[in-house]
Amino acid sequence: MDSRVNVAILGPGNIGTDLMYKVLRGRRIELAMMAGVIPESEGLARAASLGIATTAKGIDPILERDDIRLVFDCTGAKYHRAHAPRLKAAGKIAIDLTPAAIGPYVVPAVNMGEHFDSPNINLVTCGGQATIPIVAAVSRVAPVAYAEIVATISSKSAGPGTRQNIDEFTKTTARGVEIVGGAAKGKALIILNPAEPPIIMRNTIYCEVEKPVDEAAIRDSVNRMIEAVRSYVPGYRLRVPPLIKDRLVTTMVEVEGAADYLPRYSGNLDIITAAAVGVAEKLANHIVQGMQEANHV
Amino acid sequence: MSKRIRIVDTTLRDGMHSVAHRYTPEQMAGIAAAMDGAGIGTIEVSHGDGLGGSCIQYGRSAASDEVYLKAVGAVLTQARLAVLLLPGVGTKEDLDMAADLGAQVARIATHVTEADISEQHLGLAKRRGMEVMGFLMMAHMAPVESMVRNAEQMERYGADCVYVVDSAGYMLPEEVMQRVAALKGALQCRVGFHGHNNLGLAIGNTLAAIEAGVDVVDGSLRAMGAGGGNAPTETLVAVLARLGIETGIDLFKCLDAARLVEPFKDRARQGAEATLMLGYAGVYSSFLLHTARAAERFHLDAREILVELGRRRVVGGQEDMIIDVAYELSLKAGAE
Repeated sequence: MDSRVNVAILGPGNIGTDLMYKVLRGRRIELAMMAGVIPESEGLARAASLGIATTAKGIDPILERDDIRLVFDCTGAKYHRAHAPRLKAAGKIAIDLTPAAIGPYVVPAVNMGEHFDSPNINLVTCGGQATIPIVAAVSRVAPVAYAEIVATISSKSAGPGTRQNIDEFTKTTARGVEIVGGAAKGKALIILNPAEPPIIMRNTIYCEVEKPVDEAAIRDSVNRMIEAVRSYVPGYRLRVPPLIKDRLVTTMVEVEGAADYLPRYSGNLDIITAAAVGVAEKLANHIVQGMQEANHV
Repeated sequence: MSKRIRIVDTTLRDGMHSVAHRYTPEQMAGIAAAMDGAGIGTIEVSHGDGLGGSCIQYGRSAASDEVYLKAVGAVLTQARLAVLLLPGVGTKEDLDMAADLGAQVARIATHVTEADISEQHLGLAKRRGMEVMGFLMMAHMAPVESMVRNAEQMERYGADCVYVVDSAGYMLPEEVMQRVAALKGALQCRVGFHGHNNLGLAIGNTLAAIEAGVDVVDGSLRAMGAGGGNAPTETLVAVLARLGIETGIDLFKCLDAARLVEPFKDRARQGAEATLMLGYAGVYSSFLLHTARAAERFHLDAREILVELGRRRVVGGQEDMIIDVAYELSLKAGAE
């Protein structure tokens, strides 16, 4: 039997196109369709030239294909709100890269296991994907009373969506730090830096722990987490290892993009497309295992 | 030059940097009452990094924004209560809270090239009936044309006034004149100037801004503010009086108010050398105390850290880069 799961991408813009190149390298997933609404879109043209089925008729052609099990939505929060119930009704799992936040927040290295049965998965924010793993790495060793993250990205990699609604970034990321990272209270700051050449995404994670901590245990936990994230985001690196002073643990990470389609400095965009593929691979594994078990009965 | 200039006092906002954001609400209320009595017409009150700025990255304030605004709001008789907000740090909820507590002026600050992240906040402040001032920080870092484009955006979003903000205390009088004149030429709304005294030019630069036609200038009592502080309000009042410019502020009462911040001044005077280096290297003034702490923690020379921060073109709010740079320099020092 075929051990790959068919997936589709909805929204062939910058994010969707970058995602396409990552999906094409997938082990368990097969890109069955790329869907948009503008026939002359560059993303659709690129997909077609690679022999991928394309459509400019939006979501409908995807809904008609029973073989497609997972759908990445790279359109926008407003559009995803309309797509979500239709995908659910068609029995497809939505992997939401918009800030619509209909499904539970998922960071693949942290809590994917809890959400295999969810019809909709939300990827928090780029800053959340970059920083929540570190909060989780600290909180699994020592309870975190308060975590604060600072994401600094190049101005060039912040699109109009982020710029017009910057509160959505800070609020969603702070909630993710609490719900997925395990901090009792979370706060997020975002800073845009216009330096040329553009800086790569860098993040500082401050965790205030409840009691004195074992430094070696924290460092070991963070190192293991970095490796787990690197399995799907190769450009994720520790910049400053956990510095511990009293109850404050300060860690810094940077994210260099894989430059599949988007430039290398936009690690903030890369990490969310990479996380989407990380989620899809884990879901595909789960689906394939389920089918194999069913066959054995 | 027989005209009137409006002074906005930021002792209780930018001045919070000088005391590591630790004024008590009672201290704030006392200083605010004296300023109100002296005829200072607009008094800014917030964490040094604006509403929502109380955090590990910038330092925690002694009380919440809400408590400070209530304490100061209760003592004002004529002055308008102002707040600062940096999109990316504070949120629309913070602004709503301030408006509910009677803040009448909202100052929305972004890096000089990033005005488009302020649209929602400027719009909300406008809808709440507040007077809205756009703050283009680190103005020296962008070409004049780019600064003008960003100022025009803020005006389009509803700003009643757009400021040239010399956050690093880096600008020379001629550069201030050029930037203020460029905004006066391009905008319908008023133009403001906010200087820092890192190179000893806060008063001189403010006068240059006035020469170029600026409408509103910032000051703070005893120059209390990030880095080398701002233009001292009491000195501005005296100098402008000599120039025949009306400020509406009583000099003697203003000097009396300034006495109230004197006890906090010693702390702010620490590191005069590092202060100069901020201005020289073009680094955000509020990095001063954080850099002093990092120099001590990693056994480094604060000057070295500041020069490296300037070289990396770090912008306002990136206080975490101080640790990043200090950590890297300490590794290098260890390797040598």
